Amino acid sequence: MLQVGLTHFLVVSAILFSFGIYGIVTRKNAVMVLMGIELVLNAANINFIAFAKYGNFGFSGQMIALFVIILAAAEAAIALAIVLNIYKTFLSVNVDEIDHLKE
Amino acid sequence: MSESLIINLSVLILFLPLFGFTTVIFLGKKFPKLYLFEVAILTSALLLSIFVLYAKLTFFNVKDIIAEFTWISMNNLPFGDVININLGVKIDNVAAIMLFVVNLISALVHIYSIEYMRGDRYYTRYFAYLGLFTFSMLGIVITHNLLMMYIFWELVGLSSYLLIGFWFHKKSAADAGKKAFIVNRIGDIGMFIGILILFTNYKTFTFDVIFEQIAAGNLPFGSEAWLTAAGILVFMGAVGKSAQFPLHVWLPDAMEGPTPVSALIHAATMVAAGVFLVTRIFVMLTADAMLVIAVIGAFTSLLSATIALTQNDIKKVLAYSTVSQLGYMIMSLGVGAYVFAFFHLVTHAFFKACLFLGSGSVIHAMHHEQDIQKMGGLKKKMPITYWTFLISTLAISGIPLTSGFLSKDGILAGTLAFGKLTGHWLIPITGFTVAALTAFYMFRLVILTFHGEPKDHHKFEHAHETPWVMTAPLVILSVLSIFIFYTPNPISPDAGWFMKNWVKTPTQVVPDNTRYHHMVESTEEAKAEIHGEIVHSVEYTETMHWAHYPAMLMSLIVAGFGILIALIFYTWKKVNADKLADKLKLLYKGSLNKWYIDELYDKTAISGTLNFSSILAWFDQKIIDGAVNGSAWLTRVVSKFSGWFDTFAVDGLVNFTAFFSGFVGFSFKKLQTGKVQTYIVFVIFSVIILLLLFKPF
Amino acid sequence: MVGFPILSLITFLPVLGMIAILFFPKEQVKPVKYLSLVITAIQVVLAIVLLSNYNYSAAGVYDEKSFQFIEKFRWINITGLSWLGNVKIDYFMGVDGLSTPMVLLTAIISFIATLSSWTINKSVKGYFALFLLLDAGMMGVFVALDFFLFYIFWELMLLPMYFLIGIWGGPRKEYAAIKFFIYTLLGSVFILLSMIGLYFSTTETLADGSKVYTFNMLAMMNPANSTQDGILSILNPNNLRFAAYIALFAGFAIKIPMFPFHTWLPDAHVEAPTPISVILAGVLLKMGTYGILRINYPMFPEITRQLMWWIALFGMINIIYGALVALAQKDFKKLIAYSSVSHMGYVLLGMASLSTSGINGAIFQMFNHGTITAMLFLIVGVIYDRAHTRGLNDFGGLAAQMPVYTGFVTVAFFAAIGLPGMSGFISEALVFVGSFGVELTRILAMVSTLGILLGAAYMLWTLQRIFFGPLNEKWSSLTDLDKREYAMLVPLALIIIFLGVYPSAMLDIMNTSVNSLVNFVSGNIDSLTISGL
Repeated sequence: MLQVGLTHFLVVSAILFSFGIYGIVTRKNAVMVLMGIELVLNAANINFIAFAKYGNFGFSGQMIALFVIILAAAEAAIALAIVLNIYKTFLSVNVDEIDHLKE
Repeated sequence: MSESLIINLSVLILFLPLFGFTTVIFLGKKFPKLYLFEVAILTSALLLSIFVLYAKLTFFNVKDIIAEFTWISMNNLPFGDVININLGVKIDNVAAIMLFVVNLISALVHIYSIEYMRGDRYYTRYFAYLGLFTFSMLGIVITHNLLMMYIFWELVGLSSYLLIGFWFHKKSAADAGKKAFIVNRIGDIGMFIGILILFTNYKTFTFDVIFEQIAAGNLPFGSEAWLTAAGILVFMGAVGKSAQFPLHVWLPDAMEGPTPVSALIHAATMVAAGVFLVTRIFVMLTADAMLVIAVIGAFTSLLSATIALTQNDIKKVLAYSTVSQLGYMIMSLGVGAYVFAFFHLVTHAFFKACLFLGSGSVIHAMHHEQDIQKMGGLKKKMPITYWTFLISTLAISGIPLTSGFLSKDGILAGTLAFGKLTGHWLIPITGFTVAALTAFYMFRLVILTFHGEPKDHHKFEHAHETPWVMTAPLVILSVLSIFIFYTPNPISPDAGWFMKNWVKTPTQVVPDNTRYHHMVESTEEAKAEIHGEIVHSVEYTETMHWAHYPAMLMSLIVAGFGILIALIFYTWKKVNADKLADKLKLLYKGSLNKWYIDELYDKTAISGTLNFSSILAWFDQKIIDGAVNGSAWLTRVVSKFSGWFDTFAVDGLVNFTAFFSGFVGFSFKKLQTGKVQTYIVFVIFSVIILLLLFKPF
Repeated sequence: MVGFPILSLITFLPVLGMIAILFFPKEQVKPVKYLSLVITAIQVVLAIVLLSNYNYSAAGVYDEKSFQFIEKFRWINITGLSWLGNVKIDYFMGVDGLSTPMVLLTAIISFIATLSSWTINKSVKGYFALFLLLDAGMMGVFVALDFFLFYIFWELMLLPMYFLIGIWGGPRKEYAAIKFFIYTLLGSVFILLSMIGLYFSTTETLADGSKVYTFNMLAMMNPANSTQDGILSILNPNNLRFAAYIALFAGFAIKIPMFPFHTWLPDAHVEAPTPISVILAGVLLKMGTYGILRINYPMFPEITRQLMWWIALFGMINIIYGALVALAQKDFKKLIAYSSVSHMGYVLLGMASLSTSGINGAIFQMFNHGTITAMLFLIVGVIYDRAHTRGLNDFGGLAAQMPVYTGFVTVAFFAAIGLPGMSGFISEALVFVGSFGVELTRILAMVSTLGILLGAAYMLWTLQRIFFGPLNEKWSSLTDLDKREYAMLVPLALIIIFLGVYPSAMLDIMNTSVNSLVNFVSGNIDSLTISGL
């Protein structure tokens, strides 16, 4: 019987993290980039909980995971608002076209 | 009769003319009649001075009345504790006589001027100036110290300046005034230094205190040479004021002033101030100083007599004759004939004033014609002027029965005695020569003016005797030129009260070894004499007696000779003066042109100073100011350079730094895409590289 | 009078006036003028009050107790500067016989100059504001006894002067103003350097026994206050006192102005408007000689004694050089300017004699030169206002056209020549008595008498060229003096004649102090025993 251990959790979170990063880097749509960020955050959450379960940290891992979820929700709301504003300003949500930082 | 009364009266006499001056100068414009006030003031001053003279001679004949007050008192480090500069009045017989003489002539000139100056634009101002002059002159006369002498000396110079340049619209008059003041200043500088020498040593300006100190053997800076120097330097003041060579050039030019002014200032009083000064310092003159004085006096009298021979301007002739007579007095003081010098000062004041006023009368009658070659025959038209003029001419020529004969004879006797005692025979020879020349040129003047045929008929027709306000002073002055006022014996001044009682030669105070040997009194009794009785040794007195008759005889002969020549030339016309002049062209030209002394001064001293001052002005502007501007220019150049350095080197460095950063930034600019995703890729790769590099695990 | 701050009042009254003037509207010209006149008149009154309460027997000079009308309190007090110690600067004013004549002179000349400023009509408000500031600065220099305060006033008067010449001046005003400013500033730098050197060489003992550096001039005069190692300390064997003396002297000499630093003067005078010329010649030049007497002499007595001959030499050069250059001038104002150079030479000559009579004469000459030259410049102003030219050869025969004016000119000219009966004679005579009396300067004094002759030459020549001879028809419309001009000239003429006849009125003021100064500088007092500081 395959014993599910810490390693499995970490592998899953690493894969999730990689997808997230891939999404952030490659997607042109700002909303997709946001979703990538969510994946990264959740990968982090998995890590927290995994370490909480297998480490001797009490509930702090879960607590932080909860915070992250709450923050992620807030962040998503703000980020979406920003995206909306970007759309209003540039009439596009394509991040390739939004390179004003260059100047 | 108290001393204080005499002092008070003298001070009152001194300040009356000043009061007149201030009143007339400030109110004269409003009240044009105010000149009468000035005349009245002078008349009352004259009356007071007659009283002072009488009181002094009667009640205090041998006593000097002195009063003084402290004018400036101050500490005097490092020379001593305190100095008091005192001003004061000294009324001795000499001062009392001078008070009278100055006031008399001044009053007469005031009266005379009422008519002479009538119609002048600045009529009242003229009288104010006369008042100022009289005030200054009286100050010189009654002072008892050198400082006050110097103060009034300069004030006299000022009033002389104002009066010479009275007709300032004439350039020649303005020039003459300026010249008089400046030439006098040259003498004054010497006088001032002399006063400084005396003050530095004795801490006082008072004559008597200084003389006491010298008598006590306290010499300036402890040396006889300084004493001689002090004497000569103070005498330089007299050289200026009494127009002695080499400073005589101003006096003839001063004739640009109104003629009464010439009579008052430039003949009778102010120019005699120099002689008066020397009589004041007479006792402190060493033998060397006296010799210098005698030589200068003799040379001046000869020089100006030779110039007077050929002058054609009536006033110029009289001016040079004045210089010559002043030289006589100075010479007389130099040879030690103190009394005769002062006597001649007084007599000369009267007859020379008379001559000038007489010439003024002629000029007035001839409508300002002054050339004697254009006159002639005025005797008939102007009898009073003629006779008074003639009496004065006789007096100046030294003809018996006149005052001039007495004083001149005394001077000549003094020089003769001096020549015998010291061997300086040139001085008496000069004296007699000048006597002959004087007689000649004075008679030439009289003959050309009053005798013979009139040359300018138009002017002659209009000529007339002047009114009484002008002739009365002439009469008074010519009467005073007669012997009887001075001595009952017309051939011996010694018998007269003037010589016998009034004026005595003071005892010299200089150390015995610096006097002439004949002026040293070796007996003890004579030395104990304090106030001025005797002086001269028996030897000198005897020589004077010996000299008396020969001198008189010779002076008569030379004067007669001079007159004779004048008659031959101008009345009988045996010799043609013009032809003679042609023959002696060089001498004639020299004399006519005053021996070119003015030209010499012009070419050397005056233009030298002016050129030097222009050079200095150039130096000041170009070199000194040039250096200042140059350093400013240099500063500007340096600042320009440093400005350039600043722009290109210092600022350049700053700009280069900026440029360099910019270049670096530009090179890396490509990395900045502005895309967040690119950055994230950079971040991730960087993290990975860092991890690989540091290998924390 | 005890406790009444008369010196502060006389100094700062013009500043108050200046502030008041700044509030006037620009168009109101008359009130501004009258206000200035009133302010300066009050100054004159205060000066007279000061004089009437003056103690003639108090010496001052180096002894604080015998100074009069003292005002002294701590003005700047900075504690705890580690490298400097405590900085304590006093507000210290007082007068003695050296400064009282100058205070009088400043008050009188300012008043007269205000009258003379009536003809100014270009930005009147600014002019009078600056003028009053200048007045305050001048007065302050003469009453300050603290070197720092002295220096402040010294600089304070510089700036208004710059603008007064530079704005209200003649055609080359900018050049003249900048020349004046930079030249004087250069002098100030020398003074500043020496002042700081003296500061670090002098200590004052406070009530609690601690010693602090001080700017107190009187403390600087007392060798007992010298620090052991101060660079200008007499106790320091390697001291730079000689250099500091020269620096101070140069700073003051520029102001006098002494040959060869004099060339700013003719330019400044020629370009400055009349009242400013009057102030410049009447008061400003005196600051140089005053500074030397107040600072150089008592602070460096040993060097003064050493340099007497040199000071006299420069005095002589000033006298003769100034007179000769004046002789060659063709501009009336320039001639008067050079005559100033000549006359200030007498001050130097008198000072150099280090005798009571010489220094009395020098200070008296400072006062007299102030009044006489002021009168001369007013005279130039009168003719320039009418004829708009100053060329000496442009005129001729004005005596007939303007007789009263000619009268005043004659008085002023003869006063300048040194005619007895006028004040200039007394001071020049005293200068000569002093300098001739001292063997060291005797020859120089004798040569300097030539100045009397040259003075007569250039003055009389000027008089002749302008006033005598036939009247130049061009000027037949010139008018004689008006009432205002009378008001300017009459008081000066009266002062000149009064002091000529009764010089003791002025000499008595300075006599005690000057004697004490001579005593102090010539080393007769064992200066280490002076107490009271």
